[in-house]
Amino acid sequence: MAIFSVYVVNKAGGLIYQLDSYAPRAEAEKTFSYPLDLLLKLHDERILVAFGQRDGIRVGHAILSINGVDVNGKYTGDGKEVLDYLANPANYPVAIRFGRPRLTSNEKLMLASMFHSLFAIGSQLSPEQGSSGIEMLETDTFKLHCFQTLTGIKFVVLADPRQAGIDSLLRKIYEIYSDFALKNPFYSLEMPIRCELFDQNLKQALEVAEKAGTFGPGS
Amino acid sequence: MSRQASRGTESKKMSSELFTLTYGALVTQLCKDYENDDDVNKQLDKMGYNIGVRLIEDFLARSNVGRCHDFRETADVIAKVAFKMYLGITPSITNWSPAGDEFSLILENNPLVDFVELPDNHSTLIYSNLLCGVLRGALEMVQMAVDVKFLQDTLKGDGVTEIRMKFIRRIEDNLPAGEE
Repeated sequence: MAIFSVYVVNKAGGLIYQLDSYAPRAEAEKTFSYPLDLLLKLHDERILVAFGQRDGIRVGHAILSINGVDVNGKYTGDGKEVLDYLANPANYPVAIRFGRPRLTSNEKLMLASMFHSLFAIGSQLSPEQGSSGIEMLETDTFKLHCFQTLTGIKFVVLADPRQAGIDSLLRKIYEIYSDFALKNPFYSLEMPIRCELFDQNLKQALEVAEKAGTFGPGS
Repeated sequence: MSRQASRGTESKKMSSELFTLTYGALVTQLCKDYENDDDVNKQLDKMGYNIGVRLIEDFLARSNVGRCHDFRETADVIAKVAFKMYLGITPSITNWSPAGDEFSLILENNPLVDFVELPDNHSTLIYSNLLCGVLRGALEMVQMAVDVKFLQDTLKGDGVTEIRMKFIRRIEDNLPAGEE
């Protein structure tokens, strides 16, 4: 999979659509006996690893499940506090699964509107008048591509740095948006897109783009 | 390029008769629902507006037009690209105001009125007023406030159909980033 996610941001900076199309890698499950030789801390309603990185368990990873039961923030599946549960020797041995905490939909919303502002700052910083905002943001693990339409909608695609053909994919997503969101009379403008057909066609376009783009430069 | 070929609806081009008949049914129903023609004109404009704000995205996604830098460019795109694409006609552009903020679209054959004869009791009905709303709504989404109205109509015995477009102002408050 070389395209990680798609975001659609309306002209006010609100996130109106988000799709993740990757399976999280880097999850590790390990059985521990008492005492737990990892230092855990509570941060932002999640239990994170603070110290003791090893066996694929990294600092910053969150506890995803205990004995196969998913944890819910700082609580275990049956509602006990995770830290209390792990402090009790009677509960050991215990199998804990760690992984990178997923972005919550609230966090995605925040990040999208933050990107909206960065985009505007980008165009204001420009030495030339009439510059566009951020079109691409590159990191060592992914590239963010952004396309803003004349009406102010932003389409953002996060993809593998080697993935080619993102520009035409962004145009294609615009077409899909104009077809399956806007031509659906029951979709109200500027609101979150909850259209089955939009989903289907978008996923199809991502598949096509991934297949067509894997022979691009660098791969 | 392949853009045209890939357009699913290109092959779905349908007879304009179904469209004009549907439009006719809409107008006659509105005439039944409302007492006077002014209300019908207003409803048609409102419906057109709601169509226009959605249609503009379809238009921009399908055509490769960029931002227009003056009203003349806008006029060209409307007449030569947009009318062609959605109605299959190319109106001519005339009667520029000296300031360049007003022009007329002359429609030689308005597809909406193919089979229409206005009865005497609807003398103030602007039959194709939907088009005004569409133009106004679409341009509003690209930050242009315009005034659109029919000056002449062949249905009313004029020689041609004339749509007058007047530029009012740039809509600054929802300008996307990067636009001056």
